[in-house]
Amino acid sequence: MNARLRSSLLAPVLAVVVAAGLCAIVLLLSGANPASALGAMIGQVGEGQVAVDIVNSTAIYMLAALAAAIGFHMNLLNIGIEGQYRVGALVAAIVGGAIVLPPVLHWLVILLVAAIAGAAWATLPAILKVTRGVHEVLSTIMMNAIAFGLAAFLIRRDQFGILIGNNVSTEPIAESGQVPGIDLGSRGTIFGLVFLAVVAAGVYGVVMNRTRFGFELKASGLSPTAAAAGGVNAKKMIVVSLLVSGAVAGLVGMPEILGRDHAYTLNFASGYGFAGIGIALLGRNHPVGIAFGSLLWAFLEKAKGALDNEGVPREIATIMQGSIVLSVVVAYEIVKRMDLAAEQRRVGRATGTAVEPEAVK
Amino acid sequence: MSMVDVQPSAAGMTMTPPPRKRVLPGWAIFAIGVVAVVGVLATTSYLTGQPALTSTSTMQNTITLGLPILLCGLGGIWAERSGMINIGLEGMMILGTWGAAFGGYHWGPWVAVLSGMIFGAVGGALHAVATVTFGVNHIVSGVAINLLGAGVAKYLSTLIFAPISDNPRDSPPIEQFDTYSAPGLSDWLGDLEREQRVVISDIAGLLRGLVTGVSPTLIIGILLVILTYVVLWRTRFGLRLRSCGENPKAAESLGVNVYFYKYVAVIASGALAGIGGAALVLGSSPSIYQEGQTANRGFIGLAAMIFGNWRPGGTLAGAGLFGYADGLRLSATPEAVHALLYAAVISAGLLVIWQLFRRKWTTAALAAVGAVGVYALYFATDELPQEFLPYMPHIITLIVLALAAQRLRPPAADGVPYRRGEGD
Amino acid sequence: MTDTEVAASPAVVLTGITKRFPGVVANSDVHLKVRAGEVHALCGENGAGKSTLMKILYGMQPPDEGTIEVNGEQVNFKSPSDAIRAGIGMVHQHFMLADNLTVLENVVLGAEGRHGIGNGAKRRIRELAGSVGLDLDPSTLVERLGVADRQRVEILKVLYRGAKIIILDEPTAVLVPQEVDELFATLRTMRADGYTFLFISHKLDEVRAIADSITVIRRGTTIGTVEPTSVTTRQLAEMMVGSELPSPETRTSTVTDTEILRIEDLTLETSDGRRLLDGLDLVVRSGEVVGIAGVEGNGQTELVETIMGIRKAAGGRILLADRNLTKASTIARREAGIGYIPEDRTRHGLLLTEPLWKNRILGYQTRHPTARGAFLDIAGARKDTQRIVEEFDVRTPGIDVAAASLSGGNQQKLVIGRELSGEPMLLIASHPTRGVDVGAQAAIWDHIRNARAAGLAVLLVSADLDELIGLSDSIKVMLRGRFVADADPATVTPEDLGSAMTGAGQVDESGLLVTGGDQ
Repeated sequence: MNARLRSSLLAPVLAVVVAAGLCAIVLLLSGANPASALGAMIGQVGEGQVAVDIVNSTAIYMLAALAAAIGFHMNLLNIGIEGQYRVGALVAAIVGGAIVLPPVLHWLVILLVAAIAGAAWATLPAILKVTRGVHEVLSTIMMNAIAFGLAAFLIRRDQFGILIGNNVSTEPIAESGQVPGIDLGSRGTIFGLVFLAVVAAGVYGVVMNRTRFGFELKASGLSPTAAAAGGVNAKKMIVVSLLVSGAVAGLVGMPEILGRDHAYTLNFASGYGFAGIGIALLGRNHPVGIAFGSLLWAFLEKAKGALDNEGVPREIATIMQGSIVLSVVVAYEIVKRMDLAAEQRRVGRATGTAVEPEAVK
Repeated sequence: MSMVDVQPSAAGMTMTPPPRKRVLPGWAIFAIGVVAVVGVLATTSYLTGQPALTSTSTMQNTITLGLPILLCGLGGIWAERSGMINIGLEGMMILGTWGAAFGGYHWGPWVAVLSGMIFGAVGGALHAVATVTFGVNHIVSGVAINLLGAGVAKYLSTLIFAPISDNPRDSPPIEQFDTYSAPGLSDWLGDLEREQRVVISDIAGLLRGLVTGVSPTLIIGILLVILTYVVLWRTRFGLRLRSCGENPKAAESLGVNVYFYKYVAVIASGALAGIGGAALVLGSSPSIYQEGQTANRGFIGLAAMIFGNWRPGGTLAGAGLFGYADGLRLSATPEAVHALLYAAVISAGLLVIWQLFRRKWTTAALAAVGAVGVYALYFATDELPQEFLPYMPHIITLIVLALAAQRLRPPAADGVPYRRGEGD
Repeated sequence: MTDTEVAASPAVVLTGITKRFPGVVANSDVHLKVRAGEVHALCGENGAGKSTLMKILYGMQPPDEGTIEVNGEQVNFKSPSDAIRAGIGMVHQHFMLADNLTVLENVVLGAEGRHGIGNGAKRRIRELAGSVGLDLDPSTLVERLGVADRQRVEILKVLYRGAKIIILDEPTAVLVPQEVDELFATLRTMRADGYTFLFISHKLDEVRAIADSITVIRRGTTIGTVEPTSVTTRQLAEMMVGSELPSPETRTSTVTDTEILRIEDLTLETSDGRRLLDGLDLVVRSGEVVGIAGVEGNGQTELVETIMGIRKAAGGRILLADRNLTKASTIARREAGIGYIPEDRTRHGLLLTEPLWKNRILGYQTRHPTARGAFLDIAGARKDTQRIVEEFDVRTPGIDVAAASLSGGNQQKLVIGRELSGEPMLLIASHPTRGVDVGAQAAIWDHIRNARAAGLAVLLVSADLDELIGLSDSIKVMLRGRFVADADPATVTPEDLGSAMTGAGQVDESGLLVTGGDQ
């Protein structure tokens, strides 16, 4: 068990070290000092609202990464989280602004609507996958692009948009639909829905490891053929997992909308979906791994502003994120091979049989 | 895993080999396709009174916007014919756009193409290291490269372009290629086009677009289509490369260095995507690098490749389709784009007739329902919402993938991890 | 090199070859001497190290110790290309052909330098085709060829490269007896033309029929070389196994009248309407083993997968103890009492990277002792896995190791143990002893016999005709998706079955195979 834990920590740590090394090289080439750059970023955490922003972003990234991880378990790459959370947020904001319900119930309904809308946006790729064999990566990427078109269309002022100041947004959500946060004064406000992310990670962990659904999902991902022989309906699992992934994705925009913006505006953030994919890979689909991955991501994202003072373009954070993902997938592959070879040696010694090792996958 | 899961057919059934007779040679199918497309467009243009559908500028825009897609599609062919899925084309293309702008700014358009190619190839090499050497899932690595490519371009742009262009998202404009028109022919076709004669003017307009203001990038693109075909299907190098995509263990057992061919294929794939990025930069006016410029064209290139059944000619056709959908909105009014719905109705009608002829009643019925539905949409609206126009290629990609996916033949070992010496 | 030199020295001499893999020694101190112009058989059971040895000789893996001499010269192969250059060719057990390439492309691949890839190559292929008995257009796609023709293409590939020493890895495993005779005829002709063959097999009758000398390999090392005329099949087998032989025979009949599985008019079609299964009727009773014989690819896999609900039947009914399961899902069929040993355990039976106890859950994720409602019962699964490991003698250091690290035989014992849990009334066993060592094979036969004695109905699909005849109470022969003959295991011979499998057998009015006659 100890060996398992060690090998599962080895890869991400290795990856982060390699990525940090790469970025240090890039920084040196650009004529900056990596140590002082890192120092500036860490120092940034103590500034203004940065620490609270990091906590809030961590929650958002966790939701996105959980959505991605659900698909990853069965080798489905739901690249469409980007579009699903946009559509989820937009539809939820429109509905939330149009209705008034008692507090709590109001925002619960909004969350539900967001999840349903996110799932709905994943439906077409799911159907195309099981009936026409269209790879989900291509179809969800197209759906992402179309989501932008849909959002631009629905927020038009002859549709659901209204002009507030010089920003177009949807009808603001009444106070009953807003989720109160933890006010830390000048440090900022922690979104109430940060707890949604924590609960989601917990539920996800239990479902994946302790339930039939989680087992069937993982089995389908590890070996679709063995899962089919074991009575798992592959097509059903594809549809269900894509829809669940879409539903979780639909929630990604909710902490910001219900906790801060109270409407969908033209400035609605983008890029959480792709971040979620990277974080899920980094955290190896494990809820705790995802939590730490999200924290790292949020730190890079929120503290990168400090780099400008160091004379380094803050975009280096994006390179850092990209190289972390690439290094981590390579590192996992290497660790996996080492582990398997070690285990075969161990079994060989223990049973004393001269087996010719069979190729794995 | 391949980009298209072919239905489980009679794999391994030895008793009845699948009847796969090709009635017509490839070029004939291509020619019939061209005639059919021109026919549908000419008819639509006539019936809806939208000459923009077949105008010279539409054709020119089709070429400009289709070219990057074509080059990515060719990149997809190289990679996937060797068994490597390259979803990282988008990222390699982004690297290509930055490289092209950098090279072009300093040394002119030819160097722009070259440096775009080199930047793309570097992305390809990275993908090759991760997937071939380390056995990372091809799609995961591709996604990571897309993230990385976007990040690197963003960083370099801020670092190098921002001081010159005062905008971290744009490069300064670079020198464009001189363009060439066929003397005489172009003017004569122009006269014909202006006469507004049914069909003839349409053909003249489309042809004129092909021979007027031709940029060297178009020539490069066409040459690369031919080169891809000749190299992959007519040389021993190509045979070996394709064998790695069909059965790498067999190739290995015959002394083919599978890693080598996969590396070459993936790097070439990245280089082609990089040239695609250069074509995008050189084709935009003014010719600059812009953040977010590729707008998923790498992925649409893959869709064009699938549309083209992993073959260069078919990919050319697919790129033309997507380029047209994209190009029309630039040269034409929203009403003209709306007229495309009419073209869709005619196409669906033709499909109904063809399916009835083949006695596929359900497919015919479905196509008929589709035709009626689209016609109703056409009839009920005057123009498509502006906001959706930039996403026409994406919508058409979805439709094409949904309709085309099942009759296709991806390389048998596409996306399957391979490690030397693990066969039986 | 000249022909006289070739004749003078042995074609291949292996001395002291040793090859280690992580934790195991696949070959240790192997000695082998093959004379030029002979058919030299290499015999050993699965996992004895034959394949590794051949990979070494063919340059696919380097030996850790030892030397290789070809035609009297010491060689050091870094890759198959080196071996090919030295005149060695290999025909793999699993055909190394690309379906979507033509015969021509498959043959010239890697040897384009000889005659190009155009008409010159086509001409050369036509010249060589006759000597391997191949008669077709070189531009045919390989996917259109049958098994025997594919094998001819494989041999053609080797000849095209100018190989004089040809390794045949289990060449008869996929052939029916008549095709084996044709292959042997081809080999004899080629031997007369000066070719040398290294023939790997564990089918001893065949080895004695074709080989000029036989080397036996056991547990990674060579036991000795004998003349086929000087030993009996039984002696050879005992050299191979190192002990007394098990036999698959089932003794007394335990067949009852209780119908367990009933299949009526079962039909399966491809998406373009071709029939893979064509109106099959079948009954398996409690305590009965019904065997299905057939050349691979004639619908056996499809039949099994349709019964399991993995494929959707186009017509007909499937009844289990009078319960209609035609429309039921796979998991419902399993719950109704079907245990399933799939033909390829690594692809269909196991999650290779998962620990054994998780593999215990697969197929049983809905019921006791591995699940409670929607939740898994992890403690129950672990406990029951421990039971299987003990009862079925799965050799493993524990239940937390990944399934991939067990040997084939132990993996299969785990699968069988699992599929016999949960009180099934029907066991479907597809090639249950494929790729397992002799010890595990005997144990698996015992488990099937015990299950039968306990009243299970067993549907057995196997390519091993001895196994089929030994275990079954009745046999049905399958050809092109239909049952073409019934056979009585008490009287039928493998040769009779082989004829029927290729459509050459004769049946009497009741559909029973006429035995003993030459067709």
